Amino acid sequence: MSDTTSITSDPAKEPVEQKALWGGGRSPFTISYGKFMMWIFLLSDTFTFSALLIGYGFTRHSFEGNTVTPWPTPDQVFNHFPFLHGMHLPLIFVSVMTFILMFSSVTMGFAVEAGHRMAKKEVSFYMLLTILGGIGFLGCMAWEWAQFINGTEAGKMLADGSVFHGANLHLNEYGPTAFADLFFIVTGFHGVHVLSGIIINSTIYINVLKGTYEKRGHYEMVEKVGLYWHFVDLVWVFVFTFFYLI
Amino acid sequence: MSNQHLNNEDHNNHEGNDQHKQTFISKYVFSMDHKMIAKQFLITGIIMGCLGVLMSMVFRLQLAFPDTPFPFMENFMGHWAKDGRLDPSFYLALITIHGTIMVFYVLTAGLSGTFSNLLIPLQIGARDMASPLFNMLSYWFFLLSSLVLVSSLFVDGGPASSGWTIYPPLSALPTAISGSGMGMTLWLIAIILFVVSSLLGGVNYIATVINMRTLGMKMTRLPLTVWSFLLTAILGLLSFPVLLGAGLLLIFDRSFGTSFYLSDIPADLAGGIERVGGSPILFQHLFWFLGHPEVYIIILPALGITSEVLATNARKPIFGYRAMIGSMIAIAVLSFVVWGHHMFVTGMNPFLGSVFVLGTLIIAVPSAVKTFNYLATLWKGNLRLTPAMLFAIGLVSFFISGGLTGLFLGNAALDINLHDTYFVVAHFHIVMGSAAIFGMMSGIYHWYPKMFGRMMNSTLGYLHFWITFIAAYCVFFPMHFMGLAGVPRRYYAITAYDQFDVFVNMNVFITIAALIGGAAQLIFLFNFFYSIRKGKKAEQNPWESNTLEWTTPVERIHGNWPGEIPHVYRWPYDYSKPGALTDFIPQNIPDEGQTDPLEETKPPVHA
Ligand code: HEM
Ligand SMILES: [Cu+2]
Repeated sequence: MSDTTSITSDPAKEPVEQKALWGGGRSPFTISYGKFMMWIFLLSDTFTFSALLIGYGFTRHSFEGNTVTPWPTPDQVFNHFPFLHGMHLPLIFVSVMTFILMFSSVTMGFAVEAGHRMAKKEVSFYMLLTILGGIGFLGCMAWEWAQFINGTEAGKMLADGSVFHGANLHLNEYGPTAFADLFFIVTGFHGVHVLSGIIINSTIYINVLKGTYEKRGHYEMVEKVGLYWHFVDLVWVFVFTFFYLI
Repeated sequence: MSNQHLNNEDHNNHEGNDQHKQTFISKYVFSMDHKMIAKQFLITGIIMGCLGVLMSMVFRLQLAFPDTPFPFMENFMGHWAKDGRLDPSFYLALITIHGTIMVFYVLTAGLSGTFSNLLIPLQIGARDMASPLFNMLSYWFFLLSSLVLVSSLFVDGGPASSGWTIYPPLSALPTAISGSGMGMTLWLIAIILFVVSSLLGGVNYIATVINMRTLGMKMTRLPLTVWSFLLTAILGLLSFPVLLGAGLLLIFDRSFGTSFYLSDIPADLAGGIERVGGSPILFQHLFWFLGHPEVYIIILPALGITSEVLATNARKPIFGYRAMIGSMIAIAVLSFVVWGHHMFVTGMNPFLGSVFVLGTLIIAVPSAVKTFNYLATLWKGNLRLTPAMLFAIGLVSFFISGGLTGLFLGNAALDINLHDTYFVVAHFHIVMGSAAIFGMMSGIYHWYPKMFGRMMNSTLGYLHFWITFIAAYCVFFPMHFMGLAGVPRRYYAITAYDQFDVFVNMNVFITIAALIGGAAQLIFLFNFFYSIRKGKKAEQNPWESNTLEWTTPVERIHGNWPGEIPHVYRWPYDYSKPGALTDFIPQNIPDEGQTDPLEETKPPVHA
């Protein structure tokens, strides 16, 4: 089995006349199969997220005009900031969080670019920043969840007269249970993607340090994980829009 | 041009027949060779198929003889068939697992897994799949998934019982019915593993077709099989993730007390948590967004196989090659916008309903294009009625008779009456069940020499075809009449309704036909396994076919071609080309004076 990979080695990437792009014997997109497969996978993953977000839209729509348990306004729910108790700071924290993630996407871009120049030092530096950005985002998310779960002092009166603070999968002081359920699942599913991104990025980072890609002669692995990381960021933009903006 | 030669050398830079030592384990078990993986998919699919057929025999007996005990059943079903009487709740479990096995395990993984794996690299001229490792993993996830599903037959409470569509609330509340507990959990695990398998397979098929075609294999020279596998993989890749999302929410409803799909369910019925605010209709939308493309995931590869087998055995070019590609693309695109036709009775806004009616009826157009092209291919052909050819013609027959009833069901006004009756059962068993199984059989008979280096016995093949063909119509056709009269599906007996007494004899007839049809599969099984060792040795190109797989040696070596990969100079359907010397010209043969594979061949010379 030793050379299974080599017999399937990829068509090279030299430029070719336009008319022959699809003529066989080469990759029409001038792209290796590995990167191509990553694109296809991301397309597929888009549909998983779409399913969840459509579920969100469907459920939210069914609460339109519901005055008993109206859908909450995000400004009223997500208005906390660490160390600044009691102040009404709508969406400030989540903006910071989003900024961190976007920033890690930028550093990822730098890492990929440095890879093209075979600049090992720079690749590893920017990869490290990207990983730290990811960890920072997850840390923020943990704080955000904790806030959401612990809730406000006011809480909500339950049918049996007791007061419930915060939210879990069955109860929710901010509004309908479905709101909390969707929040946990969709941001959680995104968080799992971020977490796996961090793990993958760290593996690649170690390989960069070990010089694996220098020996291989190209940093394509960095490009592939870069695609994944940008995708995770892009998905966050949608999640953010759905849960925090509208 | 020089660049291309360079590229192609890169393609070829390893001799194919590297005869390095392979152990039994690396050759037969953890194989990364696409041809072996294809066989693994096929044999697993056949075993699952036997299971599915056996289940249908059990519930067909129940339907025909609701009052007669069959003591032998108790021997292998234990308390599910006390005193030889099938337990009503186990009836539901059986149809659920029967449907799941047939739809996903036999006709999705068994069909695509086998033929995409076998034929994509061989027909496009590649040494293997883009990622042999992913390919192997795809099979192992599939096997694991099959084992989990089968194991659910043995758990407390029995397997999932809410139908292959697993609608909530039966699937969302673990205490709803006996199969809603552990059985349903295992069903979900099995399907998640299945989705992973199909994802690993799908990315591979697409990347291979797009990136690894040999020089000259333009997209407009691909055999229609490869086109169908490509589109199938795309459909799977875009629709299965939605099922995954739906399953994720379902798991939370089941295990963590959320209410995505549940509403108005008091706490004491739902694990102590009141369920409000969700909607089971949401699940139906998500499910059918997968579910409808899924039926094309099943039928497209079968249609691709049919195109290939018909053209080869009619010794004629496939009629309307580009129209065939166009209609497959149209079907694939449209299949994403018609899912609502499964939901006409959910209280859907009639305007929305009419949009889905329109979409559904539009799909009939490309389907009809394909059908007429098949008929035109057969017209005045020099037919070689091999078993594979008969099965392919059988597919065309089922595709017509089952597709026509699709037009009835696609009209909301009619479907509101026909929904959930035996009419639907008749429709999809003919158009999806029988047609796809016949396509798969056609593929097995046709490419058996490529898989095993031997021929299957034709006489047994004819016997298998004729019994199965007649039996399938005898089983499924009468069901239309039952459905029109209102007999509901998923009922274990209809004896409680006087107006259905007229169908007692019809039910007996159907069951006898089903038993005969089931028994005919034994002929196939014998032929299949016997021929692996004892079949007549195959020649290199037994059907005188044009496609590249027949240019590989009978021995099926690792890397497929001993020397360089052949280049391709023409489309795959140069059969009986006017002016040519032979009645078939394989794709790797250049025209006289043709040096550049990208150049087109000369048009036929009519005398
Ligand atoms: C000619 C084009 C077709 C049309 C117009 C059509 C239309 C429909 C409609 C409207 C239904 C819903 C019936 C109901 O729920 O009451 C249905 C059901 C079904 N169709 Fe088709 N169909 C077509 C082709 C196919 C094909 C090619 C397949 C499979 C390969 C297929 C498989 C199924 C299945 C499995 C169901 C059953 C759904 C259930 O469990 O209720 N159909 N079809
Ligand atoms: Cu459908």
